[in-house]
This record gives sequence, structure tokens and C-alpha cells, in this order.
Amino acid sequence: MAIWLDSSTRVVVQGLTGKEGQFHAAKCRDYGTKIVAGMTPGKGGMAVDGVPVFNTVADARAATGCTASLIFVPPLAAADAILEAADAGIELIVCITEGIPARDEVIVQHARTKGARLIGPNCPGIISPGKAKLGIMPAHIHKEGSVGVVSRSGTLTYEAVDQLTKLGLGQSTCVGIGGDPVPGTSFVDVLQAFNADPQTEGIVMIGEIGGSAEEEAAAYVKASMKKPVVAFIAGQTAPPGRRMGHAGAIISGGKGTAAEKIAALQAAGIAVAVSPADIGITMARALGRV
Amino acid sequence: MKVHEYQAKEILARFGVAIPRGEVVTTPEGARSVAANLGGKVVVKAQVHAGGRGKAGGVKLANGPDEASEVAGRILGMNLVSKQTGPEGKIVRKVLVEEALGIARELYLGVVLDRAAGLPVLMASKFGGMEIEEVAAEHPEAILKEHFGPLAGLQAYQARKLGFALELSGDTFKKFVKFVAALARAYNESDATLAEINPLLITTDGDVLALDAKMNFDDNAIARHPDIAEMRDLEEEDPLEVEASKFDLNYIKLDGTIGCMVNGAGLAMATMDIIKHAGGAPANFLDVGGGASQERVENAFRILLSDASVKAVLINIFGGIVRCDMIASGVVAAARNLAVKVPIVLRLQGTNVEEGRRILAESGLKLQSADGMADAAAKVVAAAR
Repeated sequence: MAIWLDSSTRVVVQGLTGKEGQFHAAKCRDYGTKIVAGMTPGKGGMAVDGVPVFNTVADARAATGCTASLIFVPPLAAADAILEAADAGIELIVCITEGIPARDEVIVQHARTKGARLIGPNCPGIISPGKAKLGIMPAHIHKEGSVGVVSRSGTLTYEAVDQLTKLGLGQSTCVGIGGDPVPGTSFVDVLQAFNADPQTEGIVMIGEIGGSAEEEAAAYVKASMKKPVVAFIAGQTAPPGRRMGHAGAIISGGKGTAAEKIAALQAAGIAVAVSPADIGITMARALGRV
Repeated sequence: MKVHEYQAKEILARFGVAIPRGEVVTTPEGARSVAANLGGKVVVKAQVHAGGRGKAGGVKLANGPDEASEVAGRILGMNLVSKQTGPEGKIVRKVLVEEALGIARELYLGVVLDRAAGLPVLMASKFGGMEIEEVAAEHPEAILKEHFGPLAGLQAYQARKLGFALELSGDTFKKFVKFVAALARAYNESDATLAEINPLLITTDGDVLALDAKMNFDDNAIARHPDIAEMRDLEEEDPLEVEASKFDLNYIKLDGTIGCMVNGAGLAMATMDIIKHAGGAPANFLDVGGGASQERVENAFRILLSDASVKAVLINIFGGIVRCDMIASGVVAAARNLAVKVPIVLRLQGTNVEEGRRILAESGLKLQSADGMADAAAKVVAAAR
């Protein structure tokens, strides 16, 4: 099953004609993802690696039947790209772009219509191992299986996935929700989907300092989760008031500390790995595999 | 990005927020002439990027030009140490000289992004002068909140609601409603991440003015506001962080002894955490980014090594987009150019890891390689001792 993405998903890449777009679209295609269209305004009629490019997402959708979009456009153009995809009726929008102004994200969050799901921005994307990937993660560290992974980070997710795979624990779907303050998809959204997904037997959740998304996830897990959840929170040693790389990773006014989040997660019955080296083994224990 | 109080007031005034009359100066003579122009009593306020200036002796009242000059002379050049500056303090280079006003009431107004709601929120309270975190802890019911949309903005009825709740009336009420609307607009249209008026002053004449003002701006949006970008004061920032920002590196100086270079913010934080678990302390946070080039790696390495407290370095790379061979070449080049004296522990994983390890092995450099994060942390903590 996996969630949201499988081998039948048809994808348009917004910004396919750019260096990054072209590079990662090729990698996604190599993995088995159906990249059926590209979109760059003014470059309609071109083709990149045999993939036709359109001037608008609406044109791409009409011609190819794409239902998902992968976005690689500059930060100040990203909100426009997301809204265009949503308006064209795209159901799953994955925005990789980092550095989008928070106000643009707020506007996108409230202007998005037609019920599109947005993953990101500022994220590695989504992969359903063995089926398809929509993102920039290194495919080879993944393995098909039954652990769902959801994370605010990129490389730290790779670290966790690598640990899982080395322990023989494959993944159903891995979702990077991104490191920005107003993400399109929350932990709770992903946890709900994993809860309902028959392939997923356990969930790894990787949070970090800033905001209250982990606390909201803890409340959901306590109330409704039927599967074991393990977690790691990055930034246990981060100083207050400083933005730790991610726009959303900041302890402000004494709120959003790792200690608070860990306490909330533990109170919800979630096993929290204290060391980032123990994420995989904590999941293995929760699933009774060791 | 942070700005000084006088700059925040300048920006707010453009949107119609009422501020006291005043001017920023860098000399006691300047303070004298501003005080003479203003007439009457003035307040001399240290301009540094930190709060708690009053308690630290950075805000003083002066009765006329002579005293203003004398007070400014004492504040300018002082090392201001407050809760927010840290023990090392900040040197005061500018003072704001403002008219002193009769205080009837002090209120609080602040706008931030409410991340859970995904909307900006304007907060108001009757406890002006108190930090909002303190009010939240001691009198949570006293914080009034109004969310507003990024496109429609704060509506007049919302400002009125706050005015009634704060028991304002007459002309003061009208001035307050106008003030609140202007503040919300300033926050929205300047891509601020914080716009705080604390205290908001109700004068004995019934006027409504920003006695103090603090604004922070979204770094991701600063390109849209060249006028605000120009206000950046590099003297208020850590020199190594300024240097790092030239190369788009996310570097934050910390007080430990283990320099860290990591790709990705989450992994960089997790690396700091695991160093702490292994009994060490990180000297910095440094994210070389997902698209790190060899040149960036070299610059990153140079910057983290220029911190004299670094006794050992941990490089932790999980190659996704970043290729391990490129990182290895960057490290080798940097280590040769910089004649590195401290021990280096390197943990490479992911794309092209074999090639990366080969480059390091053949470099002849004394590098310890580590297998996994726990091993890397244990080795670097031992090396730093």
C-alpha cells in the first residue's frame, strides 16, 4: 500500500529545465517514478531527456494526466508554483525549494484550494521504497518494508533510514515534511495516514526544536494511534533564540525546547531515542525484532 | 535579521505607527544638540541588539542638554551586560535620544507568527514593560490574541475588541485602534518575524506611542526589502558568523571545544547532541548544506578552525545530493592549505563513500575515520581531551 505515492503516480516536474530539476527528475525516473511532464513558463514544446515540457501545469495535466508535482524553482517563485499546481487540480505537491519567505507559506496555506496535499517546502520529499520516489533522497539506502518514517529533516532522515535498513527493517513510505515554520503537511497528517496504511506496522518520527508540531503529534498518538511509534528530537543542545539552519528550528521565548517535546512524546507512550545513533534499534525493539 | 530600536521605530513610523520624537547619535555632543532641539527632559537609550538594557544601565533620563551629553558619554563605549547579551556583553556604539513623556499607562503589543495556526497573531496585554513570556507564565488570561490573514490583514473590529478589553476610551481609544492597525500592517508588509511594542505608552495627555520597539525580519524575505537589508549592523554579530554568511554557510558559534562540520541542519543538531552524550561540548553548529561544493567545504573548514577554542574537529557527512568524494577532496585541500594542527575525526556515509574514503586514505593526512555517529562522537571527544 504505502501512503500517497506509488508506482502508478504520474508526475509533472515544475522547473524540469533547471539544473537541479533535471538531475533529480532523472534519478526519480531511474527509481521507477512515472515522470510524465515538465513545466517551465516559456519553454513549452521543449523536451528534457525525452520528457515533454509545458508552459503551464494545466497544460501538462490536460496532456499527460499527471496528478502529482515535484517543484524545483527559486524561493521567491515557489509560492506561485505551488498555487499554480493546486489550481490545476494536482493532488500531491512536493516542494523541495528551501528559503521561501514565511509570509508566502502562510499565504499558500490559506489560499490553497481543491484539497491538494502539499509536502514541504524545504524538504527532501517522499519515497515509497520499491515503488517510487518524489524527491532528492539517496534511493539506495532504502528498502521496502513496514516502517513508516516522518521527519522535519533531510540528512538526519537518511541517517535513520540507513540504520533501519541495516537492521533489516524496510520502510513503507518515508515523508520529509520539511524544516520550515509553516509546513504544508504536519506530523499528525502523516501519522493519520500511516495509522490507516496496512503496510505500515511501526513509525519513526524525527522532530526537532521549534514550534509545537511534536506536541500535537504526541496528543494524536495518545488518542488514536494503533501502532508503535518511536521518536528522536534533534537540538537537545541547541542554544535558545538561535535559528539552527532550518527556518523553523528555533527556541523562542523558552518554548519549543527538545526537553519539552521529549517529555510530551514520552507521556504519550512514545519510545524516544536519546542518541541519534539509536533510532533504528529503538524501532526494532518496539516491533519486538530484537 | 535583527535591527536596532531606532531602526525598528523608523520602519514602524513609515506605516503610521506613532513614535516619540528623537534621534540616534554616536557622540555626547550629538546627544547635547538633539536634547537642545527636543527641549525639556530626554531619555538616552543604548542601541544594541539585546533586551534588558534598562536594568543593565543602558537607559537614563536627562534633564536638558548638558546632562544628556554627560549621560551619553557614560553610555557610549560601555560594555553593556544583560541577560540577553550573555556574560561577554555588547559594546554600545550608538544612543537614541528621545523626548521624555508623561506616563499614564504602559501596555504590551506584539505580533508573531503562530505556527500552530499558520497565521500571524497580534497579542496585547495590560502588563506593559513585562516580558511576554513572564506574563504568559504568571497571568496567561491577561494575554489577548487576535489572529489575522496575510491578505486581508487585521480588521478594525479586532483592534476595537482589544481597545475595549484594555479599557481605553475617547481619543486614546481611537489612537490605539489606528496604532494597532498600523503595527499589523508593518509586520505583514515588511516580512517581519516579530514586531513588538513593549511598553506601549499611554501618555498623561492621552497619546498612544511606541516607547520601545523591537523588530526581527525573515532572512528568507530580506531580498524583497533592500531598505531593511541595509540596516544590518555587522558589528552586532559574531565575526565568524558574518564570515560564514558570505559563503551561505549556516554557522553558529557555541562555547564548547569540538568543531563540527555537517551536511543538513537536522543532522548537524543531532551531531551536537551526540557529542554531548559522549561527554564533550560542541564549539559550533555548522551546516554546509545539501548542495555543498568543494570550495564551500574549504571555507567552512577554515571558519570553524579559526575559532581558537576548537581542540578537535568532527566531520559528519551523510551523502545524498552531496557526494562523499567531493567532501573528501574539499577536506584534504583545506587541511593542506591551512596546516591543520588539531585532530580530525571523519565519518562519511552515503553516495560515493568508497571513493571518498580512498581520497582520504591516499592524502597522507592524519585523519581518524569513524564508523557511525556513536563511534565518531566517542573518538572526537577522546581526541579533544
